[in-house]
Amino acid sequence: MSFGQHLIIAPILVPLVTGALLLLIDERRRSQKAMIGLASTIILLVVAVALFRFADGIDGPETARQGVYLLGNWAAPFGIVLVVDRLSALMLVLTATLGLPALIFALARWHTAGSHFHSLFQFLLMGLNGAFLTGDLFNLFVFFEVLLAASYGLLLHGSGLLRVKAGLHYIAVNLAAALLFLIGVSLIYGVTGTLNMADLAERVASVEPQKRMLLEAGAGILGVAFLIKAGMWPLNFWLPPAYTAAAAPVAGIFAILTKVGIYVVLRLSLLVFGEGTSTSSGFGLQVLLVGGMATITFGAIGVLASQALGRLAGFSVLVSSGTLLMAIGLGSGAITTGALFYLASSTLTISAFFMLIELVERGQDAGASVLAVTMEVYGDADEDEPEQGGEGVALPGTMAVLGICFAACGILLAGLPPLSGFVAKFAMLSAMLEPTGSGSAAVVPAIMWLVVFLIILSGLSALIAMTRSGIRTFWASMEGTKPRVLVIEVAPVLLLLLATLLLTVQAGPAMRYMDATARALSAPHQYIDAVRNARQVGPASAEVQQ
Amino acid sequence: MELVLSLGIGIMTGSGVWLILRPRTYQVIVGLSLLSYAVNLFIFGVGGLKVNAPAILADGSKTAALADPVPQALVLTAIVIGFATTALFLVVLLAARGLTGTDHVDGREQSQ
Repeated sequence: MSFGQHLIIAPILVPLVTGALLLLIDERRRSQKAMIGLASTIILLVVAVALFRFADGIDGPETARQGVYLLGNWAAPFGIVLVVDRLSALMLVLTATLGLPALIFALARWHTAGSHFHSLFQFLLMGLNGAFLTGDLFNLFVFFEVLLAASYGLLLHGSGLLRVKAGLHYIAVNLAAALLFLIGVSLIYGVTGTLNMADLAERVASVEPQKRMLLEAGAGILGVAFLIKAGMWPLNFWLPPAYTAAAAPVAGIFAILTKVGIYVVLRLSLLVFGEGTSTSSGFGLQVLLVGGMATITFGAIGVLASQALGRLAGFSVLVSSGTLLMAIGLGSGAITTGALFYLASSTLTISAFFMLIELVERGQDAGASVLAVTMEVYGDADEDEPEQGGEGVALPGTMAVLGICFAACGILLAGLPPLSGFVAKFAMLSAMLEPTGSGSAAVVPAIMWLVVFLIILSGLSALIAMTRSGIRTFWASMEGTKPRVLVIEVAPVLLLLLATLLLTVQAGPAMRYMDATARALSAPHQYIDAVRNARQVGPASAEVQQ
Repeated sequence: MELVLSLGIGIMTGSGVWLILRPRTYQVIVGLSLLSYAVNLFIFGVGGLKVNAPAILADGSKTAALADPVPQALVLTAIVIGFATTALFLVVLLAARGLTGTDHVDGREQSQ
């Protein structure tokens, strides 16, 4: 096994080792911890890009599109496998792309607001990467718990009444979801006798009819656990308060947490219940479609009703989830292509937006509830050193830069041209309205029109809400002081917006990648074969041959 | 034995669900603990109920006489993770009690 193949486990090992190492360093040596954390996150980005190139078949032979890593060198159905394919690689890159700006943002001052920020941040990245890489259901549970445990700590980072109250609900809901996860996994194991996803996909076809109900019950319960994470209505009332209360850089990285739920739903529904695999084919798609519609409606109403910017962003997360769930529920390859593009675009946007909000609100009246949280943290520090919000270079022309970023976020959330939000929505809508390819005159079913209507309506509501709060924030006469914003606080927001710009300019290659991903997902035999044919290495395989 | 196990799981789940819907944080945490015990027993039961059956293969033992080792391994993992997250929840619960001065899950007593 070459060094390159060991790269697959690096996204899990690097943050694990870094996080553990950071625990040993004294809390007062902040800059040292920050540098180590930053180095690890940069390494993660490099590794993720390398895996992305590998999965896309740029480096290496054309056929090598899946990398399978046998943990402990046990053959596939018996041991745990890590699998990197296009979808996993895409999510890894997205995680690393969000992680780096969020960490840089935190370096301005948030990382001093409580202890062990850097360790928790690394463990969160480890959990995320593990969940995207693993090819084993129970291992997925373990990585879910790792990322959730880290997210509990991060949500409470900075302490304060609001955070603890929101955190209490968040933890209780997620603990209950974890129990549902376990029930679902054990039911599936009881019926099929396997936890390996690829093996499971093969065995589902041969499940006896009388046991099929039990299997579907297990899959349904498992689905509920993921949909709680993804924020599907009515399982999402915990989400806006929790995301609003979180510190800005934490909310920035939390933007991808709901996408973990979406990722697993997409992966498992197409792998295990894909077309033509068994009589359970297409199981649960109706639920996803209807649930997605309810979520997007709830999210759009929430966006319109939000007074505080933080809540607006929280509900935007729900709109994004709802759109994706609907797109998955429609179960068509072309729509999935657009949905994957939308996933990347909306995650980057919402992450940038969460961080921007903190900067914008810093100059405002302390009455806003979100700001109250921020004030609680900074209150004492500011008294000690007035007008000295952290060290570093202050940004000139603050309001102009923030205003431009805000407008960009608004355009991205509403899905207006010229940025990537538009490209994503256009790709989805055109696939919905012309199911058989452009120029055809196929009849579009009524449900499709409803979906199209909801997506456009959610864009409109985002536009109205963003315009309203933009006018109130930037054009209304400003009482109080101009916010003092550091360059390293705006830089992450600009980085993320630049990433969406890159996604817009490179929409062609990006769309080609998403299309290949969607096609690989709807033809899971490639994935299954790759896992089954993964060879053991070294002396172990020699023993087997004897 | 099947009846005892299913009754045990059922009673614990029922009590647990009732408790996590209660307004006091202490009730919620006891409810979550009961639920996690019930789930652990459930996972254990998935492997089939056998008495005095070893889970580890030895020379000459027949596979039919073996207990399924996978659920046992899963239960161990689930217990450890459940224990850790419950402990973490307990800390948050105490912090909430300290900050809000009440043990209501919403951090304030309902208006009378």
